[in-house]
Amino acid sequence: MKLTFSPEDEAFRQSIAAWLAENLTGNFEKIRFRGGPGDEHMFFEERREWEYRLAEGGWTCVGWPKEHGGRGLSIEQQVIFHEEYARAGGPGRVGHIGEGLAGPTLIAFGLDQQKQRFLPQIRSGKELWCQGYSEPGAGSDLANVRTKAVFDEAKNKWLITGQKIWTSLAIESDWCFVIARTDPESKGSRGLGFFLVEMNQPGVDIRPINQLTGTSEFNEVFFDAAECDGDCIVGEPGDGWKVAMGLLGFERGVSTLGQQMLFQNEFDEIVRIAKGNGAAQNPTIRQRIADAHIGLKIMRYNSMRTLSSDVGDGSLEKAAMIYKLYWSSWHRNLGNLAMDVLGPEAEIIESAPYDLTQLQSLFLFARSDTIYGGTNQIQRNIIAERALGLPREPRPPVKTKD
Amino acid sequence: MEFSFTQEQQMIRDTAASFLAEVSDSDAVRRAMATEAGYDDALWSRITGEMYWHAVHIPEDFGGLGLGYVELVAMLEEMGKHLTCSPFYSTVCLGVNALRVAATDEQQEKYLSQIAADGITATLAWTGVAGGWDASAIDTIYTLTDDGAVLDGRLRYVTDGHTADLLVIAARENGSSGEAGIGLFIVPANAVGVTRAWLPTMDQTRKQAEIDLSGVRVDASDVMRDAGNAWPLLSQALDLARIAIAADQMGGANQVLDVTVDYVKERKQFGRPVGGFQAMKHKAADMMLKAEAARSAVYYAACVADESLSGRATSETLAEAASIAKAYCSDAYFYNAGCALQMHGGIGFTWEHDVHLYFKRAKSTQQFLGDAAFHRERLSRQILGDTI
Repeated sequence: MKLTFSPEDEAFRQSIAAWLAENLTGNFEKIRFRGGPGDEHMFFEERREWEYRLAEGGWTCVGWPKEHGGRGLSIEQQVIFHEEYARAGGPGRVGHIGEGLAGPTLIAFGLDQQKQRFLPQIRSGKELWCQGYSEPGAGSDLANVRTKAVFDEAKNKWLITGQKIWTSLAIESDWCFVIARTDPESKGSRGLGFFLVEMNQPGVDIRPINQLTGTSEFNEVFFDAAECDGDCIVGEPGDGWKVAMGLLGFERGVSTLGQQMLFQNEFDEIVRIAKGNGAAQNPTIRQRIADAHIGLKIMRYNSMRTLSSDVGDGSLEKAAMIYKLYWSSWHRNLGNLAMDVLGPEAEIIESAPYDLTQLQSLFLFARSDTIYGGTNQIQRNIIAERALGLPREPRPPVKTKD
Repeated sequence: MEFSFTQEQQMIRDTAASFLAEVSDSDAVRRAMATEAGYDDALWSRITGEMYWHAVHIPEDFGGLGLGYVELVAMLEEMGKHLTCSPFYSTVCLGVNALRVAATDEQQEKYLSQIAADGITATLAWTGVAGGWDASAIDTIYTLTDDGAVLDGRLRYVTDGHTADLLVIAARENGSSGEAGIGLFIVPANAVGVTRAWLPTMDQTRKQAEIDLSGVRVDASDVMRDAGNAWPLLSQALDLARIAIAADQMGGANQVLDVTVDYVKERKQFGRPVGGFQAMKHKAADMMLKAEAARSAVYYAACVADESLSGRATSETLAEAASIAKAYCSDAYFYNAGCALQMHGGIGFTWEHDVHLYFKRAKSTQQFLGDAAFHRERLSRQILGDTI
């Protein structure tokens, strides 16, 4: 075990830090530290311009292999990139779903022609992506997808019909990856397909969800015989679940260390306020601030362990499996702490009708952290069943016909 | 950056696991814990003679293995899993650490060599009868003389204090307070004026003692470095000891999880394994989260401990890593042991089942060297400054 980075990696750190210092200026100054979770609706156009700037500098898709247009960075250098990006206040990435989810899925499961069609557009920031998984009846029970995909021989197109929900960046996105049922007789995880659907077409209707934050990061997306070219299915009809689950594996990775730098920024702000308003003298608050500090540090150590090479004892898999439950619980508690440090001032919002301060937004938005991407309860089931081998939840017998 | 065990370190942990499975099973633990000494001489002889673990981080110059803290925590994790009863912790994690940090070159040469070669046992004593784990807990008085020092006072909660061959004693100048005026002294347990009494404890796997010092004369050659200003040295030794006990706790926190998972897979009620109920599964998942996070905290702290021992980490960095590890592992172990007891149901309440041994060790180690609240306040002073 060693804690230090190699001289080459430290040199790399200098180079990305310098690039950010040089480029995150001028028009981009106002989007520093903006556009993260809970703030994704802010400064969209500026952040889109920033995505192009990043792409010009070769700083999109840094973890993708070079043969797919990425920068092919080592794990260490990806960690450094995400850390420096967050440290510099790099804004929330409008292209993160394409870079982090759609792209890796295509690299793993896509045909060559699909890779050639889509990957360069993701890398350049020209095409943005959103994710069409959850449905009103398919939340924790994700396999209960009802959206249907029917192949129209005459048009050589798949026609997608159904409703997706909790889709972030739907309005801004050019493409959506959708899981939909290709076998109408099927139930559960069988009989699904994984489709790449263009958003700008008559069959797609997007309605923002008015959240408890008063903002609308999330949307409902209605597909009404939306068209999807015959060659825009990833894998075979019926393989959709396998492709989608493969994609879940990409959701936790090196970018978690960048996420932690954002958390660090939030924590530092809370400490600054506590020192200023006297909350730092309160023994209970002191305990809670120290506890948040402990939690964040261990989150980092745990990620470092997850990203280190495996000696084959299976311990790294466990370290990775706790990540979602760990960070979401920590972040929710940080939101509570922020309000309690602020005291009575916590109630006073930025302006009417309902513009929140960043810490208020953190407090409220963090309540979604423990729900999306698998609720804490689902995470605990997954840990108990997959890591600890406890019996699976009993499932009702699958009927072949209603 | 490489944050996992090397093959060699993995081998050390595997060797420790298989050795302790053989020599430190439930029967062995129960036999040892029922005695006043608290350990089996034969086992200690094998640890020192065969495994050479006691010399793990004694430098090679003094006949030790010259390994580091990562290897040490790998052993401690397994000892925590097996509730191992031995003077390993007191000798290696209190005694050797104190000697490495605060002994003069001559003292290191003499005593570290003696520990490495002969397996003599050692411990560190500083807390007075008022209790506590910071500098203010030190109330034994030293008086410097022409040929050394004289010690007077009563020390309490001393790990293995009634059996250790060698005592490292923290004392203060008469009239001093807080972190000022602290000195460290090496005292053979058989010195004139030393009286020791075993303190029977609720957790029987870790023995404690009270030590009376009445006009104990310390030769000048046994006065350790920086007498009068030795708090930073003692503090470093204590932080190293905290990281070590956190490793024991992390092992325990993992072990009670494993034992409990095995049990709830077997135990049936309502016609099915109780481990299939979400009330059980979710508790087990929370236990795993804590056990894994504890592991990450300990590994990181062990790396910092190595840097501290080689002079590459500041005292603040060490203190932070130690307090993080001790605070987290203390509560993780106690939480996991409490869940384990509950999830075992009635059988967990019996003397025959081992779960209470872990539960008690979790509580005793949680208190030892400062509980989680103590360490959170210590961290908050780093983050927020002192209170007015």
